[in-house]
Amino acid sequence: MKLIYKKPDTITERDTTYCPGCPHGIAHRLIAELLEEMDLVKKTVIVWPVGCSVFGYYFIATDAVEAAHGRACAMATGIKRAHPESFVISYQGDGDLASIGIAEAVHAAARGERISVVYINNGNYGMTGGQMAPTTLIGQVTTTTPYGRKPELNGFPMHVPEMFAALDGPAYIARAALDSPQHIIQAKKFLRKAFTAQKNNLGFSLVELISACPTNWKMTPVEAMERIRKQVLPVFPIGEFKVAKGVE
Amino acid sequence: MGEKVLMKGAEAIAEAAIRAGCMAFFGYPITPQNETPEYFSRRMPELGRVFLQAESEVAAINMVYGAACTGTRVITTSSSPGISLMQEGFSYIANSNVGCVVVNAMRGGPGLGDIAPAQADYFQATKGGGHGDYHSIVLAPHTIQETVDLMYDAFDLADKYRIMVVMLVDGLMGQMMEPVEFKEWVDVKKFKTPEWATVGQGDRDHRNIITSLEILPEGLEKMNLALQAKYKKIKENEVRLEEYEMDDAEYALTAFGTVARIAKTVVEMARKDGIKLGLIRPITVWPFPEKEVAKRADQVKFFFDVEMNEGQMLEDVKLAVNGKKPVHYYGRLGGVVPTAEEIYGEFKKLVGGK
Repeated sequence: MKLIYKKPDTITERDTTYCPGCPHGIAHRLIAELLEEMDLVKKTVIVWPVGCSVFGYYFIATDAVEAAHGRACAMATGIKRAHPESFVISYQGDGDLASIGIAEAVHAAARGERISVVYINNGNYGMTGGQMAPTTLIGQVTTTTPYGRKPELNGFPMHVPEMFAALDGPAYIARAALDSPQHIIQAKKFLRKAFTAQKNNLGFSLVELISACPTNWKMTPVEAMERIRKQVLPVFPIGEFKVAKGVE
Repeated sequence: MGEKVLMKGAEAIAEAAIRAGCMAFFGYPITPQNETPEYFSRRMPELGRVFLQAESEVAAINMVYGAACTGTRVITTSSSPGISLMQEGFSYIANSNVGCVVVNAMRGGPGLGDIAPAQADYFQATKGGGHGDYHSIVLAPHTIQETVDLMYDAFDLADKYRIMVVMLVDGLMGQMMEPVEFKEWVDVKKFKTPEWATVGQGDRDHRNIITSLEILPEGLEKMNLALQAKYKKIKENEVRLEEYEMDDAEYALTAFGTVARIAKTVVEMARKDGIKLGLIRPITVWPFPEKEVAKRADQVKFFFDVEMNEGQMLEDVKLAVNGKKPVHYYGRLGGVVPTAEEIYGEFKKLVGGK
């Protein structure tokens, strides 16, 4: 039998800690494929966040550090400044980046740190059991918005790429989604540009990946992907918000 | 090198760190130590090293953490409220076994407090400060010259034990000018990326992971026991103190940092009056010189602990003395620096009362 499709070597053999239907695995695979295709595996340090992907270093086989909650961009800054030859990825969720770590992320972007941020938005705090995140949609029921997110009480969902694109530091800012094969292929293209931005020393790069959380959304994986298309993408549209020359 | 230069303490700290091979600075402005980062901001780029002003102390210490994970000699400098903000990072750094140097030019607290010199962060520095069972090596120099000399040791200790080393000074030392002499430059060309550093796997046959996380309690206990074993080794090997006029002393002052310097004058005043007073000055306040203090309990009539706080090192002195002799205390709070006359006056009250 001829092997025509396999996991990238940079993905370990270890069982993941992710729930069935969770797209973290897709995001991991895209990163691993790109690191291999771009010959970056041996240069890479991934800064893992606090959240569901806290054990990410067990699944992607690169050098890695585990940051405090929200501090991944600061830690990534420290690594990159001290050792500019390293290829540094900060992998963060929406609670980690857009809530507790927004200052570190915004300033890393404003400084144009030569790091690449993979920002997973699943609209809630997955690991702690599905509380409201800065990205929770209006009306969305979570364990801390039992009556649905209300603007007068909780404000509005945060659009990180749109905010960051207003800064001069970033070289590449985009949003993709992990709900369908077409969108996943597109997500890989965006991530490639983000990594190229760092490789070519152009500036800060960030790709938001719209993800699903079937467990906390209390949906089947298929329903969760449908929800992304019907409810999430109209609020968080796919697109490139900043593309510097040289990332293509 | 070899020649004395007149320098402000806050600038001498930066120059000493640079000569000691510090390759990166991350920090956030705070009075009374702004001259330190300002000095770094001029000198580090000249030498092709890293200076970065962070957006907050929270970010600064996590940048330090990141740089430390690459095995780079890295420093941050701050003052009390800023150091409070860094505590989370200190705890992570401790359980990640990476080294760095942190200077705390202590000022009056609690809260925003004031910008005058104080010593009220002793507990925070020596007993942890952040969460979990951890320690940092804490050096408490009492002159600018000593601070400069200890800076080299601070980086060596940070490298040797892969631990955070705190240089616990105060606003007075930062703002004072004194003649200082610097040791030879450390040759940074000889620095090599350590085997354990997370810089990308490169030619290594294994990858490196630096984390303070271990989800299984038995595993985390093992990590804790390894930390405690390291602390035990440090306690056995790295205790430093100065005993001033202690050979024949009948009374012992205990003090650290700026107060210890004033206390030396108090000792001289007492000696002029024929009173055999000495000074025990811990240089490492963690590890605290407990054995050395305990030994003196057989010799002196009482201990007199003086601090610019509400009696924080006092507790370590009392633990060491273990009830053998009285331990008296005098202190000023909120950034008030006691004079030698004032301390001597308090001491004489105690002697007279005997």
